[in-house]
Amino acid sequence: MSTVAPLSFRLTMEPLPASPPSSAPARAGAMVTFEGLVRDHNQGRPVVGLDYSAYLRLAQSEGERILQEAIARFTLVRADCVHRLGPLVVGDVAVKVWSFAEHRREAFAGCAYIIDQVKARVPIWKRETYLDGEQRWVACHDHEVSGC
Amino acid sequence: MRLRIDYYASLREQRGLDSEELETGPIDLRGLYATLAERHGFGLRETQVRPAVNHAFCAWDRGLADGDRVVFLPPVAGG
Repeated sequence: MSTVAPLSFRLTMEPLPASPPSSAPARAGAMVTFEGLVRDHNQGRPVVGLDYSAYLRLAQSEGERILQEAIARFTLVRADCVHRLGPLVVGDVAVKVWSFAEHRREAFAGCAYIIDQVKARVPIWKRETYLDGEQRWVACHDHEVSGC
Repeated sequence: MRLRIDYYASLREQRGLDSEELETGPIDLRGLYATLAERHGFGLRETQVRPAVNHAFCAWDRGLADGDRVVFLPPVAGG
């Protein structure tokens, strides 16, 4: 079976779209969607907002690489990811993943792989603003208890 | 050799610049980061940053050449 499948990785300052960038391939029997949301707390501190920034060129190439890996590893028929940059408030959607596969097991697993790898590898940074006004750069390695 | 260093996130804040050009003698990535970290008081140790050269992740032992564009990436936090 070919491991070549369409994919898209996009960074945008705009609110994320409700629908995936492309209609489901006819071979797909399952589409799994993940939305990463800005929540109101981090490590016990109340968060009011955050700001995402990126090394754009490397984020783009690494994001595409992750989608290619997911397609190959989980025999996805399509994979898309959009990540928002700039200022966001609690409740905003920060990132979306759509994974398409013939069957749901691969679609779920592929979606999970994509978001896990995006969080671990893509050069995007988050600056959180807390209720008391303090701002702090967040690092994955901070999240030893809650995980990334 | 002439190198361009681009800064992001906390290192951009600590350096106070998006980018700079440096003229140096022979140097490797470890030496370059150590020099910059000491000179500008960076709060991240070498073990906390990841190097990229010419828009690709690389190993710390990758050699540097004239015209290279270097980024020391702070710990990422996307997604």
